[in-house]
Amino acid sequence: MGDWNVKTFLRNNAVTLMFVLLCVVFTAYSGMSPAYVAFELISRIARNGFIVLALIIPIVAGMGINFAISIGAMAAQIGLLWVLEWRITGITGLVVAAGITVPLATLFGFLAGKLLNKMKGQEMIGSMILGFFANGVYQLLFLFIFGNVIPLNTPGLVIKGSTGVANTMNLSGPAQLLYALDGLLRVRFELPGSSPAASGGTAGQNTFILPLLPTFYVLAGLAAAAALSMYLKKRVSLTKFVVIMSAAVLAVVAVQFPAVQSVFSMLSLPVATFAVIAALCLLNVVLLRTRLGQQLRAVGQNRTVANASGINVDRTRIIAIIISTVLAGFGQLIFLQNIGNVLTYGAHEQVGLYAGAAILVGGASIARATNSQALLGCVLFHLLFIVAPPAANTLFGDPGIGEYFRVFVSYGVIALALVLHVWKGAKAKKVIRAAKGAQGI
Amino acid sequence: MKSEYILSMEHITKAYGENVVLGDVSLQIRPGEIHALVGENGAGKSTLMNILFGMPVIHSTGGYQGQVLLDGERTQILSPFEAMAKGIGMVHQEFMLLPGFTITENIKLNREISKPTVLSRIFGKNLEKLDMPTMSRDARKALDSVGMGIEEFTLVKGLPVGYMQFIEIAREIDKTGIRLMVFDEPTAVLTESEAEKLIQVMRNIAASGIAIIFITHRLDEVMAASDRITVLRDGQLAATHNTSETSLVELAELMIGRRSDIVHRERREEPQNSAPRIALHVEDLSVEMPGEEVQGITLDVYEGEILGIGGLAGQGKIGIPNGIMGLYRAQGKAEFFGQPFMLGNPHKALASGMAMVSEDRREVGLLLDQSIEDNIIFNAMQVKGEYLYNLLGSKSPVRIQLRDSKAIRKIAQEMIKALDIRCTSPTQHTGTLSGGNQQKVCIARALALNPKFLFVCEPTRGIDIGAKQLVLNTLTRMNRDLGMTLVVVSSELNEMRSICDRIAIVTEGKVFDILPVDAPEAAYGLAMSGIAAQKEEKGDA
Repeated sequence: MGDWNVKTFLRNNAVTLMFVLLCVVFTAYSGMSPAYVAFELISRIARNGFIVLALIIPIVAGMGINFAISIGAMAAQIGLLWVLEWRITGITGLVVAAGITVPLATLFGFLAGKLLNKMKGQEMIGSMILGFFANGVYQLLFLFIFGNVIPLNTPGLVIKGSTGVANTMNLSGPAQLLYALDGLLRVRFELPGSSPAASGGTAGQNTFILPLLPTFYVLAGLAAAAALSMYLKKRVSLTKFVVIMSAAVLAVVAVQFPAVQSVFSMLSLPVATFAVIAALCLLNVVLLRTRLGQQLRAVGQNRTVANASGINVDRTRIIAIIISTVLAGFGQLIFLQNIGNVLTYGAHEQVGLYAGAAILVGGASIARATNSQALLGCVLFHLLFIVAPPAANTLFGDPGIGEYFRVFVSYGVIALALVLHVWKGAKAKKVIRAAKGAQGI
Repeated sequence: MKSEYILSMEHITKAYGENVVLGDVSLQIRPGEIHALVGENGAGKSTLMNILFGMPVIHSTGGYQGQVLLDGERTQILSPFEAMAKGIGMVHQEFMLLPGFTITENIKLNREISKPTVLSRIFGKNLEKLDMPTMSRDARKALDSVGMGIEEFTLVKGLPVGYMQFIEIAREIDKTGIRLMVFDEPTAVLTESEAEKLIQVMRNIAASGIAIIFITHRLDEVMAASDRITVLRDGQLAATHNTSETSLVELAELMIGRRSDIVHRERREEPQNSAPRIALHVEDLSVEMPGEEVQGITLDVYEGEILGIGGLAGQGKIGIPNGIMGLYRAQGKAEFFGQPFMLGNPHKALASGMAMVSEDRREVGLLLDQSIEDNIIFNAMQVKGEYLYNLLGSKSPVRIQLRDSKAIRKIAQEMIKALDIRCTSPTQHTGTLSGGNQQKVCIARALALNPKFLFVCEPTRGIDIGAKQLVLNTLTRMNRDLGMTLVVVSSELNEMRSICDRIAIVTEGKVFDILPVDAPEAAYGLAMSGIAAQKEEKGDA
């Protein structure tokens, strides 16, 4: 990175840096304890991370942000409805719901992909409008077909004294779907010099309590060992190796301070959920290293060139949308099992918007996105969601302003990212022109 | 049994509807030879290559007559992929490379080497993992064979354009079973030394037995590189020669063609006493018009003359009027009748007395679902505020302006009569007119502005012969009777020679030469391929 300079860095990461700044200021004014912020943040990342990662493949394939992931969410909600109707409980229920989601989301994704192929270059607006349209079909299905044409027998699932599916589908209680995945395996930390019971909360089923300091030592050690072996095999550069090593050392040092330790006092890590998110990250990486991945990237960069080399552009794009829709369905299942109830007619509506905003906040553009950008974006975006209302309360005496602010921010970020994308494109053209001029052609 | 010719295209005839673009053209290519294919735009080179590659545009318009033999075997190539499978490769003029991919990834695009994985066993070959080391080895070999030392894992983004051409070639070489390669204007973007290197690489490839079809407009490179040359002109085979038995001048003549039907117009009386006044002076004009880029043109247009601007397509001749009129971004200095002229503002250009008849009638020139009369007065009304009357009387300070239907009808009828626009009434929509009549409406619209300076781009494109003559006559009359200064930009060299005073030839974004209309055919041919200057340079040295 010989030509690194501050100006380019600021320009290329404008959205992300702005968010970091906002988060820092708002956290300071929120008056929330770091422990509570950390607790909220972890649960929100577990809840939303997967669906944000579902956006990566279509971006790589040059189709921008797939706002039609809300259709995948609808497929997931259809799955959940039938699991509730059949009274399949717990993790089995969740797996069955996922099983129903796959064929539905594949079909919906196929249709969405077909449509988006007819409007190349306008995929984002297309997928957004498609989401609205699908919402109408979804309402028809849930208000009229289910519970009316196809009867539902489970009590509470149908609107009382009317037809159609109830406003909320309760996943807690007898359905036992609340925390079906999160609750599989949880980890809490025992701070030095205190018992976990004293730091609030009880050790429930499947919850393991680990002593904080040794856990940190082991993790830091593992990271360092991995970095060393990668470096010795020349898989990572020296700079990266040094960065990882110092991060490990820093973490071990930092965790000695009680203030840092207290951040972990309330945490209850849903390990199974994070494992699923990690698996998706891995899938994204592996997939892009296959033939299909090469085709996706080629189509994303230039459809003409891809077509000229014999790649079936339309088919590749449909595959990208199918993958994204199915993954979004899984993401919605993870989200809902954490929330515990389904707002039948609303839970899917803002999915595309918030996930899209989150990935852009992480520094992705509508043409380029990586796992780390998706995860970073998720952290920043949801951190702001947590701290904005109390900060607005401190600053303006009204938490409502914070609520408005976060909706405003979601749309604002997307608009800003779109403008920046066009702006960067114009800039790049200028550079090419200058280079051409320099060569005298 | 091996045939003498690796490719033989025999008696190929192709028509788009009524329009015959190729008539009885034959082309024979021997294994291991470099065969140049030259001709002006529209001579039929691209159509011939489209037939060879089985492009959809050929088959969706009724196919072609004649036959194609590959290695003596009669074949019918129905798609570009079939052509690829039969060992015919193409080095594109526009780079078919992905900037975000490494050189290896580009060379192996969609021909990746992969290894099975768990995923691929379930979901098929598409999920096999890429075998990068093997791919890199292949890419290295291909790069070495074109003499490129560059690392194969470099990203294509940021490489000099010259390198990209060689990567394209390496990609074709890497394909197994390649027998024939088509180079489409490969040197257009290369510097002189790179072009020389390219020709060397072409020779190496040919020496390994692969035949090459070399399409270019640079005749000197044709002479330097090829073994044999086929010249096409107006869809006909002009000649096939051995390179050793022909000359630059002969090629240039073959390309342009001798025509006896050119009638030079009467020369105007040259003003005796003083040098002619300069109407438009542009200095170092650059225009960013995609596909027609202008790169630093300096040009004077004299008052009262008809200046022709010619040159091959894509060389920038169309960009000049579009840039000056402000339709595309332009840089440089301009003076209009001695006054500094600001580029990039179509409104000001029109208001200052310039007008333009666009080369793109249907997109730029006309409002197709508006009437003839509205089209004619549109610019005059918008730019000059003519053909309007004030509802509150002409002296009122408050202006509520409405269109003056009477005046509009009057000028429209005058124009229809003067230019012989064939229509049912002035209210007929221009979209329903024939090409020639649309062109006349475009001219009428420019005339309604009363310009003192008029650009006319491709005045006769897509109109029939009778209408052509009428349009040309109108242009000369405007010049002679109204004293209008005209700049005619056209691909039809011979038409320009019949009406212009001087003709500027634009090559590679620059004015290459300004020739008198009675200059020999060969001079035009050479200027279009950018040769004369090099000779002069050598002469100076």
